[in-house]
Amino acid sequence: MKILVCITQVPDTTTRISFTGNAFNAAGVQFIINPYDEIALTRALELKETLGGSVTAITVGKPDTEANLRKALAIGADDAIRVNADATDAYFVAAQIADVAKKNGYELVLAGKESIDYNGSEVGSMIAAMLDVPFVGMASRLVVEGEKVTLDREIEGGKEILESTLPLVASAQKGMAEPRIPNMRGIMSARTKPLQVLEPAAADALTAVISYEMPPAKAACKMVPADNPALLIELLHNEAKVI
Amino acid sequence: MSKDKFQAPDYYLLDELLTEEHKLIRDSAREWVKREVSPIIEEACQKAEFPKHLLKGLASVGAFGPYIPVEYGGGGLDQISYGLIMQELERGDSGIRSTASVQSSLVMYPIYTYGSEEQRMKYLPKLATGEWMGCFGLTEPDHGSDPGGMTTNIKKQGDHYVLNGAKMWISNSPFADIAVVWAKDEEGIIRGLVVERGMKGFTTPETHNKWSLRASSTGELVFDNVIIPAENIFPNVKGLKGPLGCLNSARYGIAWGAIGAAMDCYDSALRYSKERIQFGRPIAGFQLTQKKLAEMITEITKAQLMVWRLGVLKNENRATPAQISMAKRNSVNTALQIAREARQIHGGMGITGEYPIMRHMMNLESVITYEGTHDIHLLITGMDITGENAFS
Ligand SMILES: Cc1cc2nc3c(=O)[nH]c(=O)nc-3n(C[C@H](O)[C@H](O)[C@H](O)COP(=O)(O)OP(=O)(O)OC[C@H]3O[C@@H](n4cnc5c(N)ncnc54)[C@H](O)[C@@H]3O)c2cc1C
Repeated sequence: MKILVCITQVPDTTTRISFTGNAFNAAGVQFIINPYDEIALTRALELKETLGGSVTAITVGKPDTEANLRKALAIGADDAIRVNADATDAYFVAAQIADVAKKNGYELVLAGKESIDYNGSEVGSMIAAMLDVPFVGMASRLVVEGEKVTLDREIEGGKEILESTLPLVASAQKGMAEPRIPNMRGIMSARTKPLQVLEPAAADALTAVISYEMPPAKAACKMVPADNPALLIELLHNEAKVI
Repeated sequence: MSKDKFQAPDYYLLDELLTEEHKLIRDSAREWVKREVSPIIEEACQKAEFPKHLLKGLASVGAFGPYIPVEYGGGGLDQISYGLIMQELERGDSGIRSTASVQSSLVMYPIYTYGSEEQRMKYLPKLATGEWMGCFGLTEPDHGSDPGGMTTNIKKQGDHYVLNGAKMWISNSPFADIAVVWAKDEEGIIRGLVVERGMKGFTTPETHNKWSLRASSTGELVFDNVIIPAENIFPNVKGLKGPLGCLNSARYGIAWGAIGAAMDCYDSALRYSKERIQFGRPIAGFQLTQKKLAEMITEITKAQLMVWRLGVLKNENRATPAQISMAKRNSVNTALQIAREARQIHGGMGITGEYPIMRHMMNLESVITYEGTHDIHLLITGMDITGENAFS
C-alpha cells in the first residue's frame, strides 16, 4: 500500500510565544514535528510493516522545514517530498498535497487531527474533498484489511466505529499509534533517503490572518490559610465579587 | 520521582554549533531518557539494581559504540555525537552513562583499536546491539591511580596463556559476558586480552552497599589459573598506553556526560526556585538564590563550550590526553558543585527521591574518582604545562 503522510512543523510546546508586529517571532524557537502527524506517521509505518508498500512524508514549507522531514525519514519513512512554499493557509496546503497525491496514486493519505499551533483541523478534509475520496477525521484506530478500512472515532460519551474503503484520507487522534523515537540506525539511513523538492502547484490562499492577540495574563494566585474561612468568604465576596 | 520536566539550558545558543544530525541524535537520546530512564531510575537506585531491560534501548539510541565504524556494527558517527549521547544519558543518571561509557570506550574501543580482525568481527557486532555486554579490568585492590604497578599477570604455557590475579571496582562486571583485562606478561609488559564468562577459574563477585552509582552494577574480576587462548590477546598494543588510550576515549565521554547531570540539577533548581514561595515570594527572587543559579548557568555554559571545542579537536584527531584530562576534571567538578548548590535550593525536598539532585550528587562522587581522580587530572595538567612529573 502506498501511504502519504502529511507532516507539518510546530513550535516546541515549551516555546514562549511572541509576536513582532503581526508576525510570529520564530527566532530561537525549536520546531518539532506536529505530535498528531507523528502519530499518523507511526501508524503508517506499522501498516507498511504488516502489509508492505511504502510511506512518503510530505510537507509544504521552506528549506527550514527539512530538518523535521529528515526526522520523519529517520523514524522510518521511505522518502520525503517538500513543496517549496510558505504554508500560507489550509486551502493552499491541501491543494499542494492533493496535487502530489493525485499524480502519484497514494491509496491512503494520513494527517494529524490538527496542528498544535494554529489548530485548524482543515487540511485533511480538504485534501479528501479535492481528491473526491472519503474522509474520516480524528480517528483513534485504523485497521486495513484488503480494501476495507475500519476506524474508531472518539465521540461525545463513547466511540464510533466506521468502515470505509481505499483510497481514503484520515486524520489521526491520540491512540492510533505510540510515536517512535528515531534510533541511531534510522538516523544514519535518513542521510541517504530521497528528499524531493517540488515547486508548488497553482493555488490561492483563501484566508489571511489579520492580527494576533495574546490571551490575558494569568492572574496571581492568592493563598488563604486553611484555618481562616472567614477571609476566604470575604475575598470571594468583596474582591472576586462572585458570592 | 515526579514527572521529568527537563528543559535543557543553552544560554549561549550553542545549538547553532551543532549539525541537524547532531541535534536529531541528541534529541532522540533525550526523548528516550525521558520515556525510559526517568520513570524507573529512582526506584532502581533505591533498590541498587541495574535496570537490565534498558540495554536494548541503549543500543538503539546509539549508546554502544557510536563512533565505531558501521562495518563492525557501530554507528560510524563523530565524536560530538558520542559526547551528546553521553550528555543525555548522564542527564538521566551517571550509572546508565557509565554502562554505556564502559561498553563503548573501554570495551569496543580497545577491541577495535588494538584487536585483530578476527577479534573485531567476533565481538564488536554483538557488543553494538547489547547482546553481549563487556567490562574493563584495570584497577586492582592495591593499584588504583597507579595502574602501572599492577600484579595481575599472564604466563605462556604451550599455545595458550594462564591468567592470575584480581581486579576491583569493575563497572558491569557482575553481568558482563566478556572482560577486557590488562595484565603483565613474563617480561613485565602490560598486555590486553579478552576473558569470556564461563572460562574456568574466572569469577565476578558483586560489590555491595555502594552509596553512589547504585543503578550501575560494580564488582570484582577474579582470575584463578584461567586458561586464555593466544587468539584472545590483543596483537596491536603493548604497555600502559593500551589502557590509557581507552581511558582517553572514556574520559572524553565523561566530560560531556557530567554536564548532563549538571544541567539536570540546574534545571530542577531553577524550576523549584520559581515555584517555592517563602516569606511571601518565590525563593528565585532572593539574591542568594540568584547567585547560586547565575553561577550554575555560567559554569554550565563554560563547560559546554569547552567540551564542544574538545569534540571538534577530537574529530580532527588533535585532542591531547592532557586536554581531555582538563575537561574531565572541570566538567565533573562543576557538576558536583552544582549538585550541592542545587540541593540547597531544594531545601529538604532536595534530599528526597522526588527530585534527582541527591542521586546525581552521590553518583558524581564516583565520577570524580574513577577514570582518574580529580587530583590526578590536576597533576596531568601540571605536568603538561611545567614539564615536571609530580606523581612520584
Ligand atoms: C563506582 C566505580 C566504578 C569503577 N569502575 C571501574 C572500571 O570499570 N574499571 C576499572 O579498571 N576501574 C574502575 N574504577 C576504579 C577507579 O578508576 C579507581 O577508583 C580510581 O582510579 C582511583 O583509584 P583508588 O580508588 O585505588 O584510589 P587511590 O589511587 O588509592 O587514591 C586515593 C587518593 O589518593 C590520591 N592520590 C593518589 N596518587 C596520588 C598522587 N601521586 N598525588 C596526589 N594524590 C594522589 C587520589 O587522588 C585519591 O584522592 C571504578 C571506581 C568506582 C568508584
